[in-house]
Amino acid sequence: MTPHADTPTTGGTGAPPTVTLAIWRGDAGGGAFRDYTVRAIEGEVVLDVVHRIQAELAGDLAVRWNCKAGKCGSCSAEVNGKPRLMCMTRMSTLDTTAPITISPMRAFPVMRDLVTDVSYNFAVARRIPPFAPGPPTGDGTYRMAQFDVDRAQEFHKCIECFLCQNVCHVIRDHEENKPRYAGPRFFVRVASLEMHPLDTLDRRQLLRTELGLGLCNITKCCTEVCPEHIHITDNAIIPLKERVVDAAYDPVAWLGRKILRRARPTPAAEAAASSPAQQHNEVIVTDPPAVSGD
Amino acid sequence: MSDYETHTFDVLVIGAGGAGLRAAVETEAAGATTAVVCKSLLGKAHTVMAEGGIAAALGSVWPEDSWQVHFRDTMRGGKMLNNWRMAQLHAQESPDRVLELESWGALFDRTPDGRILQRDFGGHRYARLAHVGDHTGLEMIRTLQDRAVAAGIEVFMECKIIRLLTDPSGAVCGALGLWRESGQFVVFHAKAVILASGGIGKTWKFTTNSWEGTGDGHALALWAGAELVDMECIQFHPTGMIWPASARGLLVTEAVRGDGGILKNRDGERFMFSYIPEYYADETADTIEEADKWYDDKTFRRPPELLPRDEVARAVNAEVKAGRGSPHGGVYLDIASRRSPEYIRRRLPSMYQQFKELADVDITTQMMEIGPTCHYAMGGVRVEADTEASTVPGLFAAGEVAGGMHGANRLGGNSLSDLLVFGRRAGIGAVEYARGLQHPPVPDPGEVEAAAAAALGFFDHGGPENPYAVHQDLQEAMQSLVGIIRTEADLVRAVELLDELDGRARAVAVEGPRQFNPAWHLALDLQSMLAVARATTLAAIARRESRGGHTRDDYPDPDPEHFGKLNMVVRLDKGTVTVTERPIPPMPDELAALLAAER
Amino acid sequence: MTAVGQTTRAPEPVPLRIGGVRAGPGRTVVLRRDRWWMQPAATAAGLLAFVAYSTWAAFRNGNYYAGGVGRDYLSPFYSPCLTHNCHGYVWGPITGSWWEVSPALLILIFPLGFRLTCYYYRKAYYRSFWLAPPTCGIADAGSTNPGGPRARYTGETRFPLVLQNLHRYFFYVAVLFAGILTWDAIAAFRFADGVGVAVGTLVLTVNAVLIWAYTLGCHACRHLCGGNQRALSQAPVRRWFWRNVSGRLNPHHQLFAWLSLFWIGFTDFYIWLVATGTVHDPRIF
Repeated sequence: MTPHADTPTTGGTGAPPTVTLAIWRGDAGGGAFRDYTVRAIEGEVVLDVVHRIQAELAGDLAVRWNCKAGKCGSCSAEVNGKPRLMCMTRMSTLDTTAPITISPMRAFPVMRDLVTDVSYNFAVARRIPPFAPGPPTGDGTYRMAQFDVDRAQEFHKCIECFLCQNVCHVIRDHEENKPRYAGPRFFVRVASLEMHPLDTLDRRQLLRTELGLGLCNITKCCTEVCPEHIHITDNAIIPLKERVVDAAYDPVAWLGRKILRRARPTPAAEAAASSPAQQHNEVIVTDPPAVSGD
Repeated sequence: MSDYETHTFDVLVIGAGGAGLRAAVETEAAGATTAVVCKSLLGKAHTVMAEGGIAAALGSVWPEDSWQVHFRDTMRGGKMLNNWRMAQLHAQESPDRVLELESWGALFDRTPDGRILQRDFGGHRYARLAHVGDHTGLEMIRTLQDRAVAAGIEVFMECKIIRLLTDPSGAVCGALGLWRESGQFVVFHAKAVILASGGIGKTWKFTTNSWEGTGDGHALALWAGAELVDMECIQFHPTGMIWPASARGLLVTEAVRGDGGILKNRDGERFMFSYIPEYYADETADTIEEADKWYDDKTFRRPPELLPRDEVARAVNAEVKAGRGSPHGGVYLDIASRRSPEYIRRRLPSMYQQFKELADVDITTQMMEIGPTCHYAMGGVRVEADTEASTVPGLFAAGEVAGGMHGANRLGGNSLSDLLVFGRRAGIGAVEYARGLQHPPVPDPGEVEAAAAAALGFFDHGGPENPYAVHQDLQEAMQSLVGIIRTEADLVRAVELLDELDGRARAVAVEGPRQFNPAWHLALDLQSMLAVARATTLAAIARRESRGGHTRDDYPDPDPEHFGKLNMVVRLDKGTVTVTERPIPPMPDELAALLAAER
Repeated sequence: MTAVGQTTRAPEPVPLRIGGVRAGPGRTVVLRRDRWWMQPAATAAGLLAFVAYSTWAAFRNGNYYAGGVGRDYLSPFYSPCLTHNCHGYVWGPITGSWWEVSPALLILIFPLGFRLTCYYYRKAYYRSFWLAPPTCGIADAGSTNPGGPRARYTGETRFPLVLQNLHRYFFYVAVLFAGILTWDAIAAFRFADGVGVAVGTLVLTVNAVLIWAYTLGCHACRHLCGGNQRALSQAPVRRWFWRNVSGRLNPHHQLFAWLSLFWIGFTDFYIWLVATGTVHDPRIF
C-alpha cells in the first residue's frame, strides 16, 4: 500500500483509529454479515471505507460504483438499514462505536455481495410510451417558458439510483406486485413526460392499469430516501393520481363526457399505439427459481 | 475455454455514454441491427458527470455568434493542433444536434423569450453553452437513453470488452466481452464496431473520471492495429475539489467561473491577471473593472478566469508552488461574494449539494478550495473527420476515445457537442461501411480462445501481486511523473516504472469466484491503463515543446515552426509501442481566413 | 442475421425477468438502529387523542353555543347551526326541538371525509395504523403476518380504498365548510353592545385561518387550480393560484393538517368552557 497524505480521524496515541463495517457477503444461495476493520480517515464517506476493505481485505467484494460524487446513482445500498448512496454518506454522520451494517438493496434479487439485479427497472422503463412532441414553431425550433420547464426539470434530476424503488413497500414487501407496478422512479418519469410542455400523449389510463399507480399508498418513503431531493410524492405521484382521477374516477367529468360525447381517441389506444412494450410483445417472466445471469 | 455465447449484429457500439448512445440511435434508425455494450448499468456512463453544458453556436443569447466564431475559438483553444476538419464539422453541426436533443425531450434552461439559454465558459467568445443547471450531462444521457430504449436497441450492460476481433485481413469484425455479473465470456460478431468508450483518467491519482475511465477503447484500438494521436495532451481541469482528501479530484464545474466565480489565492488576490499569456492577451481583460463588465457586454475582453483550461490549471499550479495556496494545497474559487445565494442555488444546484454534503461548505457564503485534477484525454484514436473511421477497416471511434477534434486542449462544453456530432457521424460512417461489405468478415476462433485464456490466467497462476496495489502505484507514478508539468527525466523514469508495473500487472493474482469479482475486473482494466499510460508517456517524450495539455518544464515554450505543425502518432509495431510524427495537413484558405480574422 | 438496409426487422427484445432470489439479510430483519417506531407511534397517539376527544364532543350535543353567556360563538363541530341547542345564533336552527340526534354526527361526516381522503392523513394512518409500512425500510405488516399467509397488497385499487379518489369532492364540500367557519369567526365579533373582540373571537378567527390554510393547500386544490395543465405561463390567473398553492401552502400541508386539527378541537373545547360558564371569556376591547 502506498502511504496516503490523509490524516487520521483523531490524533491520539497508540493504535490509529479504526472503523468496522459489517458487510453482507453472499449470493443467491445465501450469505451472512462479515465484519471488516480498517483504518478510519477523516472526511471519508462509506464508499471510501468499502474501497479500502476491497483493496486490503477482500479483493473480490462485489460493489457497484461509478462517479463517487452522487451524480450517477450506482452505489445504492442500505447503511444501518437505511437506503442510501454510499458515496454521499459521510462516516462522521454514523455511529462508529458498533459495526456499521452495509447490506444490498432488499427489493431486488442479490447477485453477489452488495450487487443486486436491478433489471426490473429497465423492464419497466420499456413499458412507458416515450416523449412525443407536437410540431415546432415556424423556424423549426421550440419555444418554452422557464416557468413551464421548471416542473419537469425537477424530475430530470433523477439519477436512477433506484433507492425509491427499493424502499417502496409495494414491491419491497410484495414481490408479486412487480409485474403490475412501475414504482416511484417511473412515476417520476411519467410525470416528467406528462408535465413536459411539448409532449402530446396521454398516459393516464396506462398509469391506472399497467403501471399500477393505484397500488401506491403515498407513504412517502420514496421522497425520504431520494438523494436528489426530488419531491417524488408531492410533485410527481399525487399530481399523477389527480390526473388519473380526471380520467377515470371523476363522475362529473365522466358524465360530462357521456353527455357531450366528445369524439376523441381514448388515451389507452393512443398509449398503446406508441408503447414499445406493445410493439415488442414483451415477455415478462415472474418468479424464476434463480437469479438471472447464469 | 469451454463455451461462450455469441451474438451477431450489423454494428456493435462499445460504450453507452453520449457518443455511444447517439451512434446507436443513428445506426438503428438507418436499419442496422445494433448492440450497445457498456461496463456499467445503462445511464451511468461518465457523461452523467458533465456539468456545464453543450457548446453550440445557437445564437439565442448572442445573435452575433456563428459557427465561424466557434470554430475559431476551438482551434485557438486547441493551440492549432486540432484536426481542422473535425473542428469545422463540430462547429457547424452542433446547433442542429442540440435542437435535435431538445426534440427528443431534453429540457434546457430557457431565455425570457423561450429559446435555449446559453452560458459563458472559458475560451468561448460568446455565451454558448446550452445547459440544464449544472447537470447537463445527466439530461443528455437520459434523453439519449430513453430514445435508445424506445427504439428497442439491445443493450448489454455490465459487460467489459477485452479484445477486438479481426479477420485475417486485419479488419475488425467483432469483439470478445466478459459479463461482469457471471464472469462468462460473450462473443459479438459485427460488420462494424464503434468505439465510444470514453477516457483514461483512472490512470492518474486525482481525477474527475469514474472507475470506467480506464482507457479500454484506446487500448483495444491500439491492440487491433489502429493509430492513436495527440496522446500526450491530457487536460487537467483547473477546478477539482481538494478537501476532504477522499473527495480530492471531484469536478467543480467551470460553470462556476462562467457564471461569475473568480479565483483567489491565500492573500485574497485575484491572481489570474498575472497569468495572461501573450497568445490570449488581446482578447483577455487586464483590469478587474473590464473583466467584470464582460458578463453583460461582450465588447469588453474576457476575464482571465475564463482563459482556456490549460492556462488556468497551470496558473493554479504555479500559485500553489509559489506558496500562496490554501491550507490543503489549492486555491480559492469564490462565487459567494459575487452572486446572490438564490442565483447560485438555481444555477449550480449540484455544486451546492456536493460541497454541502461532502465538505460541509456552503458555497453561497463560503469559498471553495480547488486544485487541478486530471479530466480529459484530448488524444485518442486517429479518425477520418467525416466518417470517424479509424486506420483499421471496420473500426470507428467517437467521443473522448477519438482524437483530433480538440487538438492540444479542449474547451469546456465542446465535449458534449463532440459526442453528439461525431457520435452521429460515426453511426452513419459505420452503417455505410457495413453496407459496402461483400462478405461479412468472420473472426478467428483462435483469437477468442487465446484472449479468454489470458483473461482467466489471473485466477490460477498464484502470482504475488494485489491488483489494487498495482493500480495505486500506477496512479502515483503517472500523477507525479506524467502530470501537469513534465520533464524529460521524469518521463524517462515513468517509462522505467511502467516496464516494472507491466511485469507486476502480469503477476496479479485474483482470488474468489468469477461472478462479479472486482479484483479480476481491475486486473483486466490494468492492461488497458498500462497501455494508455505508455502511449501517453512516450508521446510526451517525443513532443519537446509546451502546448495546451502538454507542458514541459525543460521546453517551456511552444515551437510553432516544428512541433506546432505535427501530431504525435502512437501505434503498435510488432508488439512495441512506437511514436511517429505526422504533419498536420494544410488548412483550406477559407478556414485559415477565419483564424486570421480580428476578434 | 438481417442484412443492413432491411428495416422490416421485428425487434426481439432481450427477455426481461422480474423476480428472482432476494437473498440478502432476511426480509424482515430490522437493521435500522434509530428509534424508527417513534414517528408512527406519535402519529397514532395524536390521531387517537383527537378521535377520543371528538367522539366525546360529538355525542355531547349541548353547550356548543355560547349564546347563553352573551357570546355568539358556535363550535365548529356543530356548525352550521341545525338544531334548537344553538337557538339565537345569527342563522339557524333549521329543525325544531323534536330533533334529538347530535347534529355533529351529521356535520362531521364531511370534514372527516375530507381528512380521511387527504393525501397527508392517508400517509399518516397507513403508516401508524395499517403499518404499511410503519416507517421506511421496515417490512409492512401485511407481509410479516406471523404463521399466516402473506396478505396480498392491493393498495388503493380495491373497494373501499379506491374511494380515496373522491378526495376532490370532499374538497369542494370542505371549501363550503371553510366558508361557514369563516362566517362563524365573523359572527364572533358580534356582541350585545356592537362589534368587539374577546379571547373566543381570536380562537374562532385562528380556527378559520388554519382551516383555509389546510383546505387550500390540499393536493386536489393544487391540481384543480392549475396543476392539471401542461403549461401555465400563458394563463396568468391559474399561474398565480397554482404558484401560491404550490409554493406557500402545499409544502406545509402536514403542518396545517395538524395545527388545524388541534385547533378545531381546542375551539370546541374553549366554547364548551365558555358555554358552561367554567371560563369567563375575557373581553379584549
